[in-house]
Amino acid sequence: MAFATFIELAAAAREHGSLGAAALAREAEETGLTPEGLVVRMDGELTVMESAIAAGLSRDDRSRSGLTGGDAKRVRTGPALIGEPFRDALADAVAIGETNARMGRIVAAPTAGASGVVPAVLLAAARAAGATRAELVSALFAAASVGAVIAARATLSGAAGGCQAEIGSAAAMAAAAAADLQGADPDTCGHAAALALQGQLGLVCDPVGGLVEVPCVMRNATGTAVALAATEMALAGVRFPVPLDEVIVAMGQIGRSLPPSLRETALGGLAATPSGRTLGERACTTCTDVTSSTGADTDA
Amino acid sequence: MRQRSVFDIIGPVMVGPSSSHTAGAARLGALARAIAGAEVRSAEVVLHGSFASTGRGHGTDVALVAGLLGLAPDDPRIPEAKALAEKAGMRVSFAEGDLGDVHPNTARITVVTVDGARVLVQGSSLGAGDVEVTLIDDFPVRLTGELPALGVVHHDQPGVVAAVSARLAADVINIASMQVFRERRGARALMIIETDGPVPDETAAGISALPGVIAARSVPAV
Repeated sequence: MAFATFIELAAAAREHGSLGAAALAREAEETGLTPEGLVVRMDGELTVMESAIAAGLSRDDRSRSGLTGGDAKRVRTGPALIGEPFRDALADAVAIGETNARMGRIVAAPTAGASGVVPAVLLAAARAAGATRAELVSALFAAASVGAVIAARATLSGAAGGCQAEIGSAAAMAAAAAADLQGADPDTCGHAAALALQGQLGLVCDPVGGLVEVPCVMRNATGTAVALAATEMALAGVRFPVPLDEVIVAMGQIGRSLPPSLRETALGGLAATPSGRTLGERACTTCTDVTSSTGADTDA
Repeated sequence: MRQRSVFDIIGPVMVGPSSSHTAGAARLGALARAIAGAEVRSAEVVLHGSFASTGRGHGTDVALVAGLLGLAPDDPRIPEAKALAEKAGMRVSFAEGDLGDVHPNTARITVVTVDGARVLVQGSSLGAGDVEVTLIDDFPVRLTGELPALGVVHHDQPGVVAAVSARLAADVINIASMQVFRERRGARALMIIETDGPVPDETAAGISALPGVIAARSVPAV
């Protein structure tokens, strides 16, 4: 992906008709593969996302560590205070987070820990718009193209930039792609991404016990809510005064200035609270027990 | 930094929960198996740093076993890898250890193959599923598994590198990168050649037979 700035991506999108079409054309050009083949591959990834949601919504069991599990089902049958589309999007996001924590099959988007946001937001947007599967697949290309700009200008790694680089980036990718799916112009897509990312600047990576579970599973849902809010505002014509390319650079700078204790090391934030410590210690004992009981032969 | 594809951003398809601690671990296991060049009978694994402290909860141990069995990072059987290993008669032991000044996500894997060959492979998971093997036996190396590769153990003498690259040229295999390491002047040396296409077994066999070459092995991308 050679789009190093959103300005370049938006220019290509104006030429090709959408962010998704521009991203697909660029990928085909750079890899020498046919657009048709690339679409088939992305369609396959969409199927994995859908299966991960279905798996998460149908199970009550806990993860290997015992820290998470069963909340997707809980949300899905919840009161839908704001409405069913919003509730279902949150449930989808938690479902993927829980499937990931159970060692199920997921699509990193952009990371495994943040893999729930993009599918949850795009499926909700597609349901709302009555979009076709082809349009949904195109939106995934759009999300990827925004992610590639973030990778080029900042980082997608929690260890390097905190949670804002993972859930924050996922929300920005999802918001831009959801706007693209609604047929919004490229500038509006950029504002959707900027609005989503600005809302999560400074978010730290503080996983309890160092595991991709607490708060990661829930942050997929809260990140989804932020992305939907950003999309809604951008489609209404709200313009964020700082351009997306600059918001991304700010995210990278904030990430670099975070102390290591707040970048995935489990030494600060929620992980360092009394409850976080207790849960983390208990989780590691639990998973050791599970390990030895499933294969005494293979353990030292 | 390598070229980013859209499928590096939306992707890879993998078994969770962590691209570094699970998907990367599976790839390291698979690379160790590929470098050993045969099915694994047993392996001793030393987990270092974050692999040791949070590896269990991320399934790092299970993913390494899966890789040693030859399972891909998106194989849904990864969670049952230990049971599969037991069924296949493959024994894997884990210990925690300090491997020195290395990346936090590092594993040292000593593999014994069904042919009785013993190979030490040390590697790190760098994030986003990217890995790097940094030690093969006594040789410091750099092998990512992104591209197919050819490993050649040879005597440190003039003409071996030229003969090996001539054979690759004759078989129309393009060299993407090449590294040569030697124990000391005139002793054993190791060539790691990354190629744009897979190296057929016949090519590797032909290279094994070249003067000065002790052994050559094709290592597929993982």
